[in-house]
Amino acid sequence: MCECPVCGGEVELPADPVESELFECAECGVELEILALDPLTLAEAPDAEEDWGE
Amino acid sequence: MRVGFLHSLIRKDEKLLIAELRRRAGIDLVFLDDRRLVFDFHARPEVDVVLERSINHSRAMHALRLFEGAGTPCVNAYEVARRCGDKILTAASLAEQGVPQPEARVAFTPESALDAIGELGFPVVLKPAVGSWGRLLSKINDRDAAETVLEHKSILGSYHHSIFFVQKYVAKGGRDIRSFVVGDECVAAIHRTSEHWITNTARGGLAANCPVTPELADLSLRAADAVGGGVLAVDLFESADGLLVNEVNYTMEFRNSIDVTGVDIPERIVSYLAATAA
Repeated sequence: MCECPVCGGEVELPADPVESELFECAECGVELEILALDPLTLAEAPDAEEDWGE
Repeated sequence: MRVGFLHSLIRKDEKLLIAELRRRAGIDLVFLDDRRLVFDFHARPEVDVVLERSINHSRAMHALRLFEGAGTPCVNAYEVARRCGDKILTAASLAEQGVPQPEARVAFTPESALDAIGELGFPVVLKPAVGSWGRLLSKINDRDAAETVLEHKSILGSYHHSIFFVQKYVAKGGRDIRSFVVGDECVAAIHRTSEHWITNTARGGLAANCPVTPELADLSLRAADAVGGGVLAVDLFESADGLLVNEVNYTMEFRNSIDVTGVDIPERIVSYLAATAA
């Protein structure tokens, strides 16, 4: 468990986490990105940009 | 084999591919975060093949060009990304190969776009050449709305929003088809259903299995071939005149389609990747 950088709530990392992975805070619903695993660093995921997508 | 995994944000689709790559013996996975990459035109990348999963089209396209220029094969190829990432280039490629698609026009000023819309007849759909997930699509039902949207786009948008790609609206019965092409096979397809005229799953469309009929497989492969082939998701409409190809996607999202189709899509992609590198 670790702390959500947005709401301060406890968040559970996804299984087999990797850097740059997105996951959701179950408490506030914000999308988070794993910036680094060692030490664990989380941040709110960036907003979608115009050329994002498939 | 050293596989370069070109990415930015890692979503469930990428995670499934990573799990499949890690499951395979003989694959050394190298993460290539496009936010940290620095290219040297004279350096040779230390990977045997690149699997492109960037979320930004512009970064993906340029990175693919640079990797290929250094002699590294990529899935998908740069030219495929270039054609699929721009709806006008996709439509041109489909037209050149005789692949049926919704009637469309391209114009470069609001005035000529109005003329183009007049030729097609209402309703029409105005699309940005670059964009996805159903964003910034405008269904235009009459001339008043057309004048308004065109003026807003030309004044408020950046320059590429004044490159007007207009499609005749296709009454598609509340659903479309997304088919998945891997190499020379159409491996699966889904129906995407919504009460909204935009049926993308990113916009709430619901996915259900769609049988891959010989007609669907044939048209999907023709569409994939028209843009250069590889690992592609083809969006199709079921129109009164038969199937029409709407778009072809080169960094396909498949996370909602594995369970409903029963097809292990990431496994098929990684097998294709391994064959490409061999």
